[in-house]
Amino acid sequence: MKDEVENREDRVANLKGMGCSRKRVEDARFTQGKGNYVDDIKLDGMLFGDFVRSPYAHARIKSVDTAAALEVPGVLAVLTAADLEPLGLHWMPTLAGDKQMVLADGKVLFQGQEVAFVVAEDRYAAADGIELVEVEYEELPVIVDPFEALQSDVVLREDLVGEDGSLPDGAHGPRKHHNHIFTWEAGDKEPTEEVIANAEVVADESMYYHRTHPCPLETCGCVASMDKVNGKLTLWGTFQAPHAIRTVVSLISGIEEHNIRVISPDIGGGFGNKVGAYPGYVCSVVASIVTGKPVKWIEDRMDNLMTTAFARDYHMTGKISATKEGKITALQCHVTADHGGFDACADPTKFPAGFMNICTGSYDIPTAYLEVDGVYTNKAPGGVSYRCSFRVTEAVYFIERMIEVLAIELDMDAAELRRINFIKKEQFPYTAALGWEYDSGDYHTAWDKALTTVDYEGLRAEQAQRVEDFKAGKTRKLMGIGLSFFTEIVGAGPVKNCDILGLGMFDSCEIRIHPTGSAIARLGTISQGQGHATTFAQILASEIGLPADSITIEEGDTDTAPYGLGTYGSRSTPVAGAATAMAGRKIRAKAQMIAAYLLEVHDNDVEFDVDRFVVKGAPEKFKTMKEIAFAAYNQAIPGIEPGLEAVSYYDPPNMTYPFGAYVCVMDIDVDTGVPEIRRFYALDDCGTRINPMIIEGQVHGGLTEALAVALGQEIAYDDMGNVKTGTLMDFFLPTAWEVPNYETDFTVTPSPHHPIGAKGVGESPHVGGVPCFSNAVQDAFRPFGNRHTNMPHDHWRIWRTANELGLHD
Amino acid sequence: MPDKMHIKLNVNGKDEEFLAEPRELLIYTLRERLNITGPHIGCETSHCGACTVTIDGKSVKSCTMFAAQASGKSVTTIEGIGGPDDLHPLQEAFKEHHGLQCGYCTPGMITRATKLLEENPNPTEEDIRFGMAGNICRCTGYQNIVKSIQAAAAEMNAAAASSSEAVGNKTVEAAE
Ligand code: FES
Ligand code: FES
Repeated sequence: MKDEVENREDRVANLKGMGCSRKRVEDARFTQGKGNYVDDIKLDGMLFGDFVRSPYAHARIKSVDTAAALEVPGVLAVLTAADLEPLGLHWMPTLAGDKQMVLADGKVLFQGQEVAFVVAEDRYAAADGIELVEVEYEELPVIVDPFEALQSDVVLREDLVGEDGSLPDGAHGPRKHHNHIFTWEAGDKEPTEEVIANAEVVADESMYYHRTHPCPLETCGCVASMDKVNGKLTLWGTFQAPHAIRTVVSLISGIEEHNIRVISPDIGGGFGNKVGAYPGYVCSVVASIVTGKPVKWIEDRMDNLMTTAFARDYHMTGKISATKEGKITALQCHVTADHGGFDACADPTKFPAGFMNICTGSYDIPTAYLEVDGVYTNKAPGGVSYRCSFRVTEAVYFIERMIEVLAIELDMDAAELRRINFIKKEQFPYTAALGWEYDSGDYHTAWDKALTTVDYEGLRAEQAQRVEDFKAGKTRKLMGIGLSFFTEIVGAGPVKNCDILGLGMFDSCEIRIHPTGSAIARLGTISQGQGHATTFAQILASEIGLPADSITIEEGDTDTAPYGLGTYGSRSTPVAGAATAMAGRKIRAKAQMIAAYLLEVHDNDVEFDVDRFVVKGAPEKFKTMKEIAFAAYNQAIPGIEPGLEAVSYYDPPNMTYPFGAYVCVMDIDVDTGVPEIRRFYALDDCGTRINPMIIEGQVHGGLTEALAVALGQEIAYDDMGNVKTGTLMDFFLPTAWEVPNYETDFTVTPSPHHPIGAKGVGESPHVGGVPCFSNAVQDAFRPFGNRHTNMPHDHWRIWRTANELGLHD
Repeated sequence: MPDKMHIKLNVNGKDEEFLAEPRELLIYTLRERLNITGPHIGCETSHCGACTVTIDGKSVKSCTMFAAQASGKSVTTIEGIGGPDDLHPLQEAFKEHHGLQCGYCTPGMITRATKLLEENPNPTEEDIRFGMAGNICRCTGYQNIVKSIQAAAAEMNAAAASSSEAVGNKTVEAAE
């Protein structure tokens, strides 16, 4: 009997299925420099395209003279809006229902905007050509402040104003002003205002969640190759959603979808930057059609930071009310959202402010109201979810700051305030005041575990002592304890309410089992470092009983992969992971019939056991999945088609709601403004854990990006609309030197509606980490009267806070 | 346009000779001219280290050096550090300890780490964090990179110790 058990354990181990820290299959090539990123692609006769970009943030274009550029040896063509117009490609639709200029059509709306596309034999010739394109600009008044934009007579988007000065509706309803994009509401306005007006305690605060950028180490780029002989367009690129890109390219170019093949090769990080469709893609396609040669376009870092995909830029004002004991009664939030010159935010169609309406957080708040106004300014378009699911980072930052401010108002401990307001375990599924149905959670358990592990009481005592010491002149360092408890909403999403450009946000998996018992599975998603080739094989191994090492995972080629909406918003595991499990189950169902036939028993008399079907009650009689796979190809089984394949398109019934409890301990030098992170503890509950090693890696990475955003990373503009942070000299990316070691922990609350109970994790640490770092800084100054200061908390701003609080006197 | 320059390089043990404009950057030479695509481009301003190579024993960011400046020198890229049949301990350790995610920084990271361990075979965590601060990773948060480098250092030191032991034994034998 003992042998039998051990044997079974060995069989389980051999699969390397769910729950084990399987080493990544991707790593062999990456560690040897054999990754295949888009800039590594080389095709015969390939040309290189690059942009002439506007130095002005708002200007009329009087003329573009390309003659001198065309004289440069190696320059083959220069495209301008005038060249694209006959093709109807000088503008393109955005993901947010707006449209965007591909090349400047009469004016520019932000610094760095694409004005002309120079196509040359190599990068050097293209750069020479760019120097010689003569553009005559007439400067216009620049508006970089959304509040000013809503007052100003200056019309940023003349194309959106009627000739009689009327304001046609935007994609999301009526507009209030010519620089206004939309108003979006959730919850109940009057009841919320009423509760707040009559509340025992009210805290209000305004906060600016600054503009930043995902800045993956690899910038965006593509290679377009139009084969005029067979009429096929192949487009390689850094696409987080290759199928959606194919559909978009087809819709705007008129090339039929079956004649377009989009391939996402290895991607050097995405974090939201590579979701959108950018002018570079369109220009490369056109240039390839015009020249008959493949054309490559690769952003440089400055292009990347200045023009593709900013994130955040939310001005948030909130009111939160509570009883004297600290029970929250209502929450109100208004957002003025700076969307830049075009509304190119990457959100599901019906959610112009993403899932900002998750801003009631992890708390049982009976009444709430949210209103978001989108505004045009002279800044770059974008509005992507930087390592988060559609504005969840903003929502969680907002509520986690409001809680802290309320704690100050109540003169209460912020950990305790959270505890008494958490949604209780028995309240799930819980419908929040702003509409979402949280599927599962056990917040109290996670919170208690976190606070006990870090010895929260002890930390507070130490902090109190530190304040005394500081006042007594014994130290110049303050201690901050940052808390955050977050609930994410990921896995977009149910087709009934989530689509992008009308495409439902399902995802897919197709599996083929080979006769000798190995397999290939293809998915509609695309890894950018998350390790899909490793983890999806683990899901399948557990579902179909073949070793993960015998399963190839392929993604990113629209000619072979089933249609899917791609990888962002932590949707791969919740949606494509579910599709994978479901397709695996279809395989298993057929395998069961084959096994029963081979074992000469009824279908119901066999059951699945790790890697085989056994006859119930007679475990010595079995057929392994390997044997079954072979039988599927070499036996004529009555009533069963040959082969062993399955495909599943999974439409999730709900989102998933990962959550977590983070604590950061920080020492801040009051005289230099330098924060030192002494400890960071992160407890994540992402439901069923597929690969603990990869989860931990995702948490480290997400926290580091959170540290960056909270402590210094910013896309800043001056009043003229000049980007002040266009290189890595000014744009903060933490190095190994600035980053602490993190302690990771977990609880497991499986998602009840997900086939394997998994919830997704890649973005949680970013979402929960930003408020945690920020709260630590703010908490250090709380004893001296600090209530709220805006991020990023770089050394100068921290020093300034200390100075304003009189700590340098 | 200025005259092309005659440039000679030894790259990963192979001699290369070509004519190039004075402005040609070394990263361009490697990636475009010689098809050595392990070194990547992340910034072109010396900040990120994705393009790190070793030139005559020093870590160099090849995005901000002209090919002409490297003329007459030996260049080692990730391709010259180890391949499928002779993986470098750092390559093994990065795989083993999840020292990479998207892999874009990895060639520069490992190339830099080989020099770090050459200069300091027993680095503390602080030494590693300081010595690797010229290489940015956006994915991993560095914790597992540090772990990987520590593991590789231990592995290499153990290997060195056992080989010197072996030499030692031989010496004893010879003495007998
Ligand atoms: S590309 Fe050379 S340091 Fe970034
Ligand atoms: S692994 Fe992606 S940048 Fe380091």
